[in-house]
Amino acid sequence: MNQQITDAPAVMRMAASARRPLLFSVGGIALVVLLAILPLLAIDIPGVLPGPTYTPGTLQLLAYAMLIAALALSYRMMFGLAGLLSFGHALFFAAGAYGLGMTLDAFAPVEWSSELIFAASIGVTLVFGIVLAATVGALALRVTGISFAMVTLAFAQAGSVLIRRNPGSATGGDEGLSLDIANVPEGLVGVVNTRNLYWMALAVLVFVYLVVLWVERSRAGHVAEAARENELRVRVIGIRPYSVKLLIFIVASALAAVAGMGYLLLQSGASPRVATADFTLTLLVIVVLGGVGYRWGAIVGGIVYTLLDQRLTALAGSDLIAGLPAVLRVPLSEPLFILGTLFILVVLFLPGGIAGLPQRIRTGREQHPVEAEEGADA
Amino acid sequence: MSTVVLLLITGLGLGALYFLVASGLSLIYGLMGVLNFAHGSFLTISAFLGWEVGRRVSDGTWWGLALSAFIGIAVGAIVAAATEYLLIRRLYERHIEQALVTVGLALASVALFEGIWGTDPIYTAKPAWLSQTTELLGAKIPNDRFLLIACALLVLGGIVLFLQRTRYGLIIRAGVENRAMVTALGIDVRRSFTIVFAIGGAAAGLGGVLASVYYGYVSAHLGSVLLIFAFIVTVIGGLGSLTGAAIASVLVAVLQQFANFYLGGTGDLVVVIALAAVLLVRPRGLMGKVA
Repeated sequence: MNQQITDAPAVMRMAASARRPLLFSVGGIALVVLLAILPLLAIDIPGVLPGPTYTPGTLQLLAYAMLIAALALSYRMMFGLAGLLSFGHALFFAAGAYGLGMTLDAFAPVEWSSELIFAASIGVTLVFGIVLAATVGALALRVTGISFAMVTLAFAQAGSVLIRRNPGSATGGDEGLSLDIANVPEGLVGVVNTRNLYWMALAVLVFVYLVVLWVERSRAGHVAEAARENELRVRVIGIRPYSVKLLIFIVASALAAVAGMGYLLLQSGASPRVATADFTLTLLVIVVLGGVGYRWGAIVGGIVYTLLDQRLTALAGSDLIAGLPAVLRVPLSEPLFILGTLFILVVLFLPGGIAGLPQRIRTGREQHPVEAEEGADA
Repeated sequence: MSTVVLLLITGLGLGALYFLVASGLSLIYGLMGVLNFAHGSFLTISAFLGWEVGRRVSDGTWWGLALSAFIGIAVGAIVAAATEYLLIRRLYERHIEQALVTVGLALASVALFEGIWGTDPIYTAKPAWLSQTTELLGAKIPNDRFLLIACALLVLGGIVLFLQRTRYGLIIRAGVENRAMVTALGIDVRRSFTIVFAIGGAAAGLGGVLASVYYGYVSAHLGSVLLIFAFIVTVIGGLGSLTGAAIASVLVAVLQQFANFYLGGTGDLVVVIALAAVLLVRPRGLMGKVA
């Protein structure tokens, strides 16, 4: 009898806690479906998008935004979940982009069909990304904190220098690498097929999201989170945080490489800019702008940042800005100036980022992003 | 032999530049735990303003250069102190956020410099003597290297004197050692935060003017290029150690010069490998305190 009395509220609690994630996943699926049918619709949002949603220009921009969001999501897993402040995440994105580009260039057994070569190239690049991540991660994780940031920065810098130096004319140096379309499926080449590339970018984003979700819900994710909060306690309990952190590092880097491959196909090439430390800093800005404490913060941040960057560049060239006096015209015609200032303001006044806004409005008090995350989970 | 001497002295000159940036970074990190990404911007703004004033008064003369250097030091100190006072102080004790604010400042300021002075490098005039060479042990050494080395030595001496002989220097040294204890003794460490930022900014400002002499141009990215190497120097030397920064800047710059000459332009890669090696063998750097 007693059993039933204690069980009833527990069951109700379970049902309530099951309902919210269900609501979230239904909303998420609806959003993905909406995004998937966007190329078939003609939605025009003046000022935000360059044209109606079925035009290649808009689809290209949206696809790019989604790939950046996927990359930011993988960076958030490392920085937000495991607390690893890496300055070398761009290295793995570049490894994906350049790796696939170079493999498609060099690796073409004649007897294989082009689909097989394409699939094999993706596989080779992924393995390359994982091996690279395991090497860099195993070395860098021997130190913590700022030193960890510096080692990753050093490796990324080395990669960036290597790409710019253009060994054996494999990377194209400062010019960038252009995609060799001989073995790329026809549906993914050319402006006519931007729609397919858009769907590919959406698939990459969904895939990265699901992997991140899976890792965060797994035991490794919980250990990583615990180690972020108090590494000593985790060690006392008898778990080695090193291997878990390395796992997170490798998974996040492999996901970055996947996003990098998508980037290569979307842009039909790779520019050395994506390997620089500045690119990693941009990711950091995106993640913090969106809200470190929230998974979808990285997605919101990535999309908002890319759209802002693109639209502010368009705004900079407009007559409206050209007519202003120099004091206003010069700062306003530099998108990065506006984004940098916005970022400083968010760090100073909005610790939860964009994704933390609803929570802030609801509770009406200042909250640290980590507390907010705990509040959302409970 | 003459090549070795030339590489060595050029390395020392470049090391002098690295030191001017790294000394401030190291002091700031040591005392406050802030990794200052905006340090390169302090350098760039000083280089630009120093050049703007110098060329208006008397371009390409010693007076013009001296005035540029003075303006550079003043601008660097003021901008750095203002950064600390307006941005860093609001985020007291939140190190990640403090670093993030400086990242934002660096991004925004570089964009602003590009907007004002354009993206292309602007070539600068310098006194005739600095463009000539002096023969030393059979090597023809550009004279500007000597100026750089002399300035860096002066700055090193000045900072050491300040740290060893003044009351604020005492507080800063104690703060680097154990900040909680200094605070517990009733001393307001925060005032010395602004001072440390101002000193670091002044050194970076002088570095900016000297960098425009060394490279022969000013550009919006002058600071960002030097900043990465200054970070590497700071970490190799040991965060918070001025002596470490001095030794490491010379080591890194000389190594870079030699690798560039003998190993086919691989200087940047060798430096990065050196950083990884030092961190793995001795994570706290050459002269860093135990973390």
